[in-house]
Amino acid sequence: MTKPAEVTRSTTGGIGESPLRPDGALKVRGEFAYSSDLWHEDMVWGVTLRSPHPHARIRSVDLTEALRVPGVHAVLTHQDVPGTNRYGLEHADQPVLAVDLVRYHGEPVALVAADHPETARRAMKRIKVDYEVLTPVSDAEHAVHGDGPRLHRDGNVVRHVPIRRGDQNATAPVVVHGVYEVGMQDQAFLGPESGLAVPAEDGGVDLFVATQWLHVDQRQICYALGLPADKVRLTLAGVGGAFGGREDLSIQVHACLLARHTGKPVKMVYNREESFYGHVHRHPAKLYYEHGATEDGRLVYVRSRIYLDGGAYASSTPAVVANAATLGFGPYNVDNVTMDCWGVYTNNPPCGAMRGFGAVQAGFAYESQMDKLAAALGMDPVEVRVRNAMSEGSTMPTGQVLDSAAPVAELLRLVRDRPMPAERGELDLRAMPGGVSNTTHGEGVVRGVGYAVGVKNICFSEGFDDYSTARLRLEVLGGEPAATIHTAAAEVGQGLVTIEQQIVRTELGIQQVTVHPADTTVGNGGSTSASRQTYVTGGAVKAACEAVREKLLKLAVTRFGEPRANLTPAEIVSVLGTEVIEETVEWRHRPTTALDPETGQGFAHVQYGFAAHRAVVDVDVELGLVKVVELACAQDVGKALNPQAVVGQIHGGSVQGLGLAVMEEIQVTEGKVRNPSFTDYLIPTILDTPPMPVDVLELADPHAPYGLRGVGEPPTISSTPAVVAAIRAATGLALTRVPVRPEHLTLEEPR
Amino acid sequence: MRLNVTVNGEPRQAEDVWPGESLLYVLRERLGLPGSKNACEQGECGSCTVYLDGTPVCACLVAAGQAEGREVRTVEGLAEGEALDRVQQSFVDAGAVQCGFCTPGLVVAAHDLLARVPEPTDPEIREALAGNLCRCTGYEKILDAVRLAARR
Ligand code: FES
Ligand code: FES
Repeated sequence: MTKPAEVTRSTTGGIGESPLRPDGALKVRGEFAYSSDLWHEDMVWGVTLRSPHPHARIRSVDLTEALRVPGVHAVLTHQDVPGTNRYGLEHADQPVLAVDLVRYHGEPVALVAADHPETARRAMKRIKVDYEVLTPVSDAEHAVHGDGPRLHRDGNVVRHVPIRRGDQNATAPVVVHGVYEVGMQDQAFLGPESGLAVPAEDGGVDLFVATQWLHVDQRQICYALGLPADKVRLTLAGVGGAFGGREDLSIQVHACLLARHTGKPVKMVYNREESFYGHVHRHPAKLYYEHGATEDGRLVYVRSRIYLDGGAYASSTPAVVANAATLGFGPYNVDNVTMDCWGVYTNNPPCGAMRGFGAVQAGFAYESQMDKLAAALGMDPVEVRVRNAMSEGSTMPTGQVLDSAAPVAELLRLVRDRPMPAERGELDLRAMPGGVSNTTHGEGVVRGVGYAVGVKNICFSEGFDDYSTARLRLEVLGGEPAATIHTAAAEVGQGLVTIEQQIVRTELGIQQVTVHPADTTVGNGGSTSASRQTYVTGGAVKAACEAVREKLLKLAVTRFGEPRANLTPAEIVSVLGTEVIEETVEWRHRPTTALDPETGQGFAHVQYGFAAHRAVVDVDVELGLVKVVELACAQDVGKALNPQAVVGQIHGGSVQGLGLAVMEEIQVTEGKVRNPSFTDYLIPTILDTPPMPVDVLELADPHAPYGLRGVGEPPTISSTPAVVAAIRAATGLALTRVPVRPEHLTLEEPR
Repeated sequence: MRLNVTVNGEPRQAEDVWPGESLLYVLRERLGLPGSKNACEQGECGSCTVYLDGTPVCACLVAAGQAEGREVRTVEGLAEGEALDRVQQSFVDAGAVQCGFCTPGLVVAAHDLLARVPEPTDPEIREALAGNLCRCTGYEKILDAVRLAARR
């Protein structure tokens, strides 16, 4: 069979350098084994039958016709789930296969395995499900306060986080109100959900899958299959992007069930349409804000209510709610705050993790409010932000004091003071809104500039025991010291494998470092999310290096008869000889605490990351078409372990924010998904994407390994409001909803 | 049906091909060449881009039968042994590869562009690569990679 490969391709380079990715050559040759590339002798293909209704009772399921199709090996329903037919990241509330009720459009109902994917799909179409269609609950705000049906036993509120700090009745001379909406964004990673489950002779199963967290998948699979952990072994297959969309299970349990029933290796690969049903999305949100300020633009109070639509199952909604609430006032000093943030169940598609995770929705709203405030005061939008900007020592609305760099004002000044992009020169259609469709030669085109800044928590919060495990082996191979690093942390494209090698090279002073494939034979690596892997798994790798070095130095004392502080590679070879040093270390960041359930106070977050953007846009105000001309970003990363990868993250995050600003939305009406394809769900192409100059600050955080600060998410937060602010500047429209569509620009009343 | 096709210079045969299969499926699942990617299978992302008789096409939109007797060159056929093609090397060097799922399609599209236009301007690069989606990089380093390859 094809298997995930070890990566060495050792280039040189420690931390602070930008060595080449160890998997880069495989990827450009087309030889890197992604989860959809796996192949096994005798394998069969699995497919999933999904509900066409957002809310329906299942009266009966008839498999007879499907089972008759030649080439079919198994047709399974909930009755074939041997363990507990429930899973979920935070609450086990989601059935592996629906029992008598479906709660969203696309919910899995049955599985088929056959010897060709088309045979499996044809058989799937012959499964007869008799549904009694029910009215869907489709409005999140109504789900909290209304009298509609309860979708789960404990009601429709997944979580409510209040924050109360300061004077709850504060008043101010200048007040701005706003109601904002954020549409449902999709991660749209390019590698579809896929994997290969291989039944093992011991009654267990080996699963090769693209995921963000092997051990949390393993726990949920064991629960559903009724197997102990040693019978469910996972290996990370090549991951084609993630962005939060692979935190929840997709094919994992289904492929294992089919493998155990058929006794054959089972491959499952979603197509793009199924991918839109097969993973959670970014929570759509409705956000109410009131900002009160003094006449010189200082915030006196902020009050907010946020409704996050979690869809049919909880997924990571509880954590998204906490983020939107605790980060919901932005990186601004304000003494008096009131927040109520709800995450709710509806019959819309389940929503969970996506890059920025709660902070994105709030960021669009509070930054829109800051612009509104600036307009009400007749002040420059950067100036009003700088005047209220947090800095080291500021207090968050949770009472937590920022105990490391928080250069909010500096980031804003950096993007503001950059030279502006050139004015439009000679006519080049490719630079116009509408592009080569030849919709304008410049008439009706207005330029606008907008600014925004955002804040994101880094690592897992609220008292979660957040750790990673690294196993490091040091030996002499071919006359050179060689290390092998083994973790279960998922490389999803961000470059963790490169960082792991860099850390080992720096810590041990050697060159040859191999990264073992990530799997569950080593301890938990935690999730590739919350911008945490370089911090936490990086911290674990560093700690493992220290443990190995300690042993090595002890050996050196025996060898040289005196202690040494450092060893050259040649000395390591002579000290080690044929000995092998192997150490496995668990590493945790400093602990956090829970939020007080009444006041939302607590030391809830490990670290905060900040980024600011300036967007320059050209808008064809007659046709409502937008061309983003430039999107500049400034971000503090504490320490850039790999500067090239840091900038790559900032670019990628910025463009996902641009996508949310002007094009990306899963359109859902009455619970039904209307655009599950790349034809109708648009993500930015290279033509939609502008030049993106980046300023990177490196202000070390003394609490973090090497002083680093998580990088991946902050740029996704400020990018969206900056682009929308620029469009407002060009059009004079209020624009309270993202994505901004042409009809918003041509039909909306000026503010 | 039986399909005869020359792939990366070698005559290949695939047996029992169902007529509804795409060239992409045949390459990936029958000929052991999964380098061409399957991000959408509906002609929208370019991750499956291959040369068909020298012209870049989306392999997911080509019915297997349409490739009968023709020449296909995939991303696996660009390197000369261990030595990467200059476009491939530039993608690695410029940091244009993150998850890499878009990379095979982009490498083939950029390879074709540089064969036609040895010194493309930025707008020409953007236009040529407009059919290839990338979700990770924001395209900046992909532009860098193509500029770098053009200089090599
Ligand atoms: S897979 Fe062929 S264009 Fe997307
Ligand atoms: S590198 Fe991931 S899609 Fe382009």
